[in-house]
Amino acid sequence: MVMTGLLAGCGSGAGGSDGGTITAYVYGDDAVKVQQAAVDAFNKTSEVKVKLVSVPGTDYVNKLRSAMGSPGAPDVFFNWGGGSIKPYVDSGKLVDLTSTVGKDPVLKEGFLPSVMTAGSLDGKIYGVPMRGMQPVMLFYNKALFEEHGLQAPRTWEDLQKAVTTFKAAGITPFALGGSDKWPELMWMEYLLDRIGGPEVFRKIQDGDTDGWGDPAVLETARTVVELVDDGAFGTNFNSVDYGNGGAPTLLNKGKAAMHLMGSWEYSTQLGKAPEFAKKDLGWTAFPTVAGGVGDAANVVGNPTNYWSVNARTKHKDTAVAFLKTMASTAYAQSLVDNGDVPTTSNAASMLSGSPNPQFAADQYAMVQKAPSFTLSWDQALEARYATPLLTEISKLFAGKSTPEQFVAAMKAAR
Amino acid sequence: MSSHTPVAKRRGGGSAAAGNTGRPPVAWALPGILFFAVFAVVPLAIAVCLSFCRWDGLDSPTLTGLDNWTRLFQDKEFGQAAWLSLLLTTVSWAFQTPVALLLGVWAAGRQRSRAFLSAVFFVPLLLSTTAIAMLFHALLDPNFGVIRTIGPWLGIDPDVMGSSTGALLVVAFVGGWQFMPFHTLIYQGGARQIPEVLHQAAAIDGAGMVRQFFHITLPQLRHTITTSSVLMVVGSLTYFDTVLIMTKGGPGTDTTILPYLMYRTGFQTYDLGYAAAIATALVVVATGISLVMVRFSGFGAMRSTREGM
Repeated sequence: MVMTGLLAGCGSGAGGSDGGTITAYVYGDDAVKVQQAAVDAFNKTSEVKVKLVSVPGTDYVNKLRSAMGSPGAPDVFFNWGGGSIKPYVDSGKLVDLTSTVGKDPVLKEGFLPSVMTAGSLDGKIYGVPMRGMQPVMLFYNKALFEEHGLQAPRTWEDLQKAVTTFKAAGITPFALGGSDKWPELMWMEYLLDRIGGPEVFRKIQDGDTDGWGDPAVLETARTVVELVDDGAFGTNFNSVDYGNGGAPTLLNKGKAAMHLMGSWEYSTQLGKAPEFAKKDLGWTAFPTVAGGVGDAANVVGNPTNYWSVNARTKHKDTAVAFLKTMASTAYAQSLVDNGDVPTTSNAASMLSGSPNPQFAADQYAMVQKAPSFTLSWDQALEARYATPLLTEISKLFAGKSTPEQFVAAMKAAR
Repeated sequence: MSSHTPVAKRRGGGSAAAGNTGRPPVAWALPGILFFAVFAVVPLAIAVCLSFCRWDGLDSPTLTGLDNWTRLFQDKEFGQAAWLSLLLTTVSWAFQTPVALLLGVWAAGRQRSRAFLSAVFFVPLLLSTTAIAMLFHALLDPNFGVIRTIGPWLGIDPDVMGSSTGALLVVAFVGGWQFMPFHTLIYQGGARQIPEVLHQAAAIDGAGMVRQFFHITLPQLRHTITTSSVLMVVGSLTYFDTVLIMTKGGPGTDTTILPYLMYRTGFQTYDLGYAAAIATALVVVATGISLVMVRFSGFGAMRSTREGM
């Protein structure tokens, strides 16, 4: 298997750059058409052409990793900033864009500063924002809430009341794609943020694994276990997934009342059940947690995605010129048309043209007003911590480990 | 040149009577040997070397001596994965062998519907593992799959993939469903090699179908059983795709078998040195088990099944 990876890496030379082209790897999902359009427009005027390679989502991280260790590495590639690019930065594989951005007014003023910062490492810029913002939000089925005389939960008491009511009605309170593991992570992220504030995870992200020993982490894990034991996620969430549409379908079929998910849930629902998305899909912020010190306006999720440039590229100027198009009004507009909320400074005025202006405006406001935007833990941490983290969270949710064991395992992760 | 006459050829090239003249020179095997060396021996050697290194896949590997190996023997997760692999292998073998054996013996007969039904049985063999895993994943979805309707009738909890034992049994079942036709094929071939006269003689002596099966068919098939079992065991030990698609090693780590643990360590955690150690351990265990099986079944002695004729 190891060799297969190596050989595959070496074999993908076709993806590398040759004379007049640069290759860009992008996470393959519905939004690729926006990047493809940008590439097509760019290629019309550019001498050196950009070739977009759409890598299927689940394979993306692996394919990128093996490609970056091989001669067939892409010149420009999609990433999540933070820990997701740290290994590449550490081994000197990325172009430091700090001075490029500093000297270029288009790039410098084109994006929201907080989003630019979130993609940086040690104060150096390695990425230019290229997709929409993706805060995690609490989605709910408005029809079900109306039927049971409930309001979207704002406090922990509201949430518990909703859980009790829906359970009594035979409806799963929260859809959860536990088989995919990362949807469970979102619960941990928000609970820890509300209970202990964003500083607790920031400490861990900065490399202090003792941070897992913070009492707020234990409290978070205990709250998770309480929710699971209480049946808040139903009885079979371990075999439900997000990727194959299990959890979103539960929500749009009225079998589950709420779903904690990234803002892409809106487009997912729009694709799977357009009627439901337009009429009955509600959204709100994660509620406050009793006794917690975190600001209820804090947000977790992915600030956005970034393009980074491979240090070995032969056409750095072309790559930078291409990145500059990401700040253009035309590009922001096509993101808005696709239902995304761009992180460009000019985005606010365009949102009225979004497929759902209300959703876009709420999302934009949510991120704008957030005192803190915590990057998803599995992207903020390096893979060597993120993978064990997902495994341990899955064990916690599945009842295979206790909150104490979870904390101990995370403190010991190497 | 008597050995080149058609008669000698019909007697079999490898027999002592034909001498060395009938045997192709070693040079003929060179392409095969080269292929095997490049695609099996060299990668294996690299994996073994890697198991003594620390490598994140980006920079060059650095030697760390026995670090990965000492870690391997202390790692609880590795222990659990090894145990789960053995469990899965045992369950798969115990489930597949009797069914494949009976089907194979049946398919070797002359019933009218045999050809048609055999063709139907072999369909799973033509599908890719990915397609099969995704198919069963959809069928077993606890909320929308067929399992929700028919599960309760059969006394199966619709959340079968969410329980530890359930998930492992599902993996074993799906693997069995996919590979049973292959083993049926092997048994069919084996059963057809059994000389008809043995059954005829037994029938004259008054032995019924069941006695014929246990006293003639089964003993005559013992080498086939060994072949099939070795393939099954090695196959189950390296079982991977179904786990990746259907359970992702979960719930918790309850279906994290060795190959999946290796994948997770190598391609999700990017600890390629440790992953190589796990892979090497897997190769050693699989080779060991097949050697033991071959030895204890008397397969190595290559005695003819036709003895006593």
